[in-house]
Amino acid sequence: MATTEEVVATTQAVTTTAKGGARPTLGDAKRRLTSPWATIAAIIIAAIWTIPTFGILVSSFRPRVEIQTTGWWTALQNWGWTTENYAEALNTSTGGLSLLGAFVNSFAITLPAAIIPLILATLAAYGFAWMEFRGRNLLFVLVFALQIVPIQMAFIPLLQLFARGELFGFPIIQAFSDQAGYAQVWIAHTIFGLPLAIFLLHNFIAQIPGEVIEAARVDGAGHGQIFFRIVLPLSMPAIASFAIFQFLWVWNDLLVALIFADGNVAPITKLLAQMVGQRGEDWHLLTAGAFIAIIVPLLVFLFLQRYFVRGLLAGSAKG
Amino acid sequence: MAAFLGWLSTLSPWLEIPIIIGVFLIAVAVLLFFIEIAPRAGRAYTIARLAACVIFPLAVMWILQSYWWAIAAAGVLGLLFFWLDQRARGGVGSLFQLFGFLAPALILLLVGLVLPVVQTLVQSMFNSRGDTFIGLDNFVWIFTQPQGIRTVVNTIVWVLIAPVVSTVIGLIYAYFIDKTRGEKVYKILVFLPMAISFVGASIIWRFMYTARPVDAEQIGFVNQIIVWLGGSPVPFLQVQPWNTLALIVVFIWIYTGFAMVVLSAAIKGVPTEQMEAAELDGANAYERFMNVVVPGIRPSLVVVLTTIAIASMKIFDIVRTMTAGANNTSVLANEMYQQFRSFEPGRSAAYAVILFILVLPLVIYNARQLKAQREVR
Repeated sequence: MATTEEVVATTQAVTTTAKGGARPTLGDAKRRLTSPWATIAAIIIAAIWTIPTFGILVSSFRPRVEIQTTGWWTALQNWGWTTENYAEALNTSTGGLSLLGAFVNSFAITLPAAIIPLILATLAAYGFAWMEFRGRNLLFVLVFALQIVPIQMAFIPLLQLFARGELFGFPIIQAFSDQAGYAQVWIAHTIFGLPLAIFLLHNFIAQIPGEVIEAARVDGAGHGQIFFRIVLPLSMPAIASFAIFQFLWVWNDLLVALIFADGNVAPITKLLAQMVGQRGEDWHLLTAGAFIAIIVPLLVFLFLQRYFVRGLLAGSAKG
Repeated sequence: MAAFLGWLSTLSPWLEIPIIIGVFLIAVAVLLFFIEIAPRAGRAYTIARLAACVIFPLAVMWILQSYWWAIAAAGVLGLLFFWLDQRARGGVGSLFQLFGFLAPALILLLVGLVLPVVQTLVQSMFNSRGDTFIGLDNFVWIFTQPQGIRTVVNTIVWVLIAPVVSTVIGLIYAYFIDKTRGEKVYKILVFLPMAISFVGASIIWRFMYTARPVDAEQIGFVNQIIVWLGGSPVPFLQVQPWNTLALIVVFIWIYTGFAMVVLSAAIKGVPTEQMEAAELDGANAYERFMNVVVPGIRPSLVVVLTTIAIASMKIFDIVRTMTAGANNTSVLANEMYQQFRSFEPGRSAAYAVILFILVLPLVIYNARQLKAQREVR
């Protein structure tokens, strides 16, 4: 996938004047000389990085009293395992919403908020890549530039738009009632995800060979068919990596949730943050709760790691 | 639309997901259908196009349940658009197609990002009720409050420490992990925190930092190590000014994996000839690293450093979850939220503007670097 290896590829291009061809790289040479010291150091650092997560996993299965009085590293001496923490944590409610409900909310927020911006961005990316019009470059730069805006800048007006239907005091839409459910979060995440998605997908879609599209055009396909039959299938790898990226981002988000998801629609991150504030010493609940919250991104990450790394390499310019 | 959303929210969340995605996909399919038939000649297509030009905006306005004059204006706009499209230079229907692809995203960006940013800029110069223009008073207020100055200083501390430390560790790790067996596993382990939410990571580290009285058994691992080494437990999140560092550690824990992955990919791209040449010239491992590898991956280093710097400048979740800004650990984003919660939109907007101004140079630098790289290619 071309866009995603861009950081790598550009680095290569900058470092050497020679272009193209299969050059031997540092990676090939290094693989021949593995050093035991490096291995030991790698193990130590990897261990340091894993201990915190491991500790919380072990703790979440220990009885309440044990967590409060003994360290999790003594779990083998102070035997005792239980899944009760999880049962209790899932039923713990904060402000009328249980952690289980919030977990479901996270799905209900994350899936649409990952899919909708992606499709809108793919449409726009196609427009920018394959349609000629005046001011195209300027408009694209403007969209790119929107990435630099910290989303905090848009919060208060956007909330006013949802709550009162007003922008600058002018009525634009009918105000969302209190029963609007997840709509506010979906729309907010869609908007905040768009600039980066358009930018990355454009880079990919613009690299589709012109001949392919020209051939389709000769066969009588219009823009609609070209988009649906050629561009969409061909850009699936790029769409997939960005989908995972956006999924993790929305799932892990707290700030947007705090502002746009109130009451019954709060995702698990928000509920956990509230639990920390209210029951900061109830480690049996917090450890289990934290693990419930991170299990989904961890699974997504472990199974789709390859795509995630691609998305990351492509998106490392994200501001 | 409010009614539809209201009805939707009465359903089970598991039903809501397919319905909203389904409705959205149907809308996109209809849009694509009209885009496809837009350039076709013939009376039937012209009528379809005319209908689409008028009905689309009317329908959108009606769905938004905007006011009657807005619906009327949308209809007029649709007619105007149809007329323009008929005489477009690219041929009949070309404008229609262009708008079909670009409008949904661009309108959302305009309404949801561009205008709100302008409005925030304006709002930062109004009082908390939003009815009196007070110029830069909100900013003056921030910079005359000891708490406000502290917030700005903390944010700067974050930006100075977090990117450098995580990039350096990530770089070193990326360099020697090449020489290890089982490279992939170690990489995943270090990279794993990247998938964990800041909230999850905050709980994990709050647990790590937990301090109990000297005579009691420790349950926080960090304090246990201190006790093992003969020290007495430290309440990391309360000791000023070091508690900010304790928060930064969490951030570094997460972002080192990011730096490692990007830089590792870059290091693999450094040509072997250069390394071999340096080796022949008698450079030792350290010299080779500093003189060949580091310059070789400089562009990636810049991208990683600035990306992490931007992220650390906007840091919110960690501070919010671990201390909520107590004990002088607050940062700009947290203070912005705090003011927003206490119904001070003017001050909140002012914090957002300061954040924006601080982020701006970094982002511009980052973007220029990327652009420069593209041009070389």
